[in-house]
Amino acid sequence: MSTLHTVNKSPYERNALKSCLDHVSSGDTVLLIEDGVLAARKGGAFVSALRDAGCLVCALGPDLSARGVAADVAEGIHVIDYGGFVDLAAAAKRVCAWL
Amino acid sequence: MRFALQINEGPYTHQASDTAYQFAKAALARGHEIFRVFFYHDGVNNGTRYTVPPQDDRNLQKLWSDLAEQHNVDLVVCIAAAQRRGILDANEAKRQGKDGDNIAPGFRISGLGQLIEAGIQADRLIVFGD
Repeated sequence: MSTLHTVNKSPYERNALKSCLDHVSSGDTVLLIEDGVLAARKGGAFVSALRDAGCLVCALGPDLSARGVAADVAEGIHVIDYGGFVDLAAAAKRVCAWL
Repeated sequence: MRFALQINEGPYTHQASDTAYQFAKAALARGHEIFRVFFYHDGVNNGTRYTVPPQDDRNLQKLWSDLAEQHNVDLVVCIAAAQRRGILDANEAKRQGKDGDNIAPGFRISGLGQLIEAGIQADRLIVFGD
């Protein structure tokens, strides 16, 4: 019973990502969108927490590009487009938005 | 697969309406169905036809109205949230004694039951917002 978790807030502004990571199970997927993609920056304070989450972590490519950090994504984070977002939502049993 | 979307944030605020629109387009391109888009809280502001954004900017209201027309997407505005924010259709304008309505083409005003139904009828309900 997998869940797709979307996080749309910068982890440097709100604690949505932290709350999300406190609740994920193995087999879940975390998708960083909007300002949430800032967590994916190489060398950032949340990269190790994402790595330790024990689940697939993705970031929305157009949102990375819009913030000028598309070339700066930490290893292990998968960059996807909106079609990939749709595929993840369809593959999961449910989608949980951490607003 | 059948998707339902909920939008809790107005246009040009942060990004929820844009993200939801791009998601809807991508889902339709992949052959999925968008059963309903429910506009809640400040999200109801997506549904006024009186928005006039600059010509070189995207017109979110029009993008939603066009999507509804092309793909038969049901755009529902929450009535309680709409009344608070001055979003009215002809019936509501008459009922409340207002001098005009502003609901955009393809949008309709209804109740929270429509969100519950969308959650039941759709395979996935995805929330975009603040």
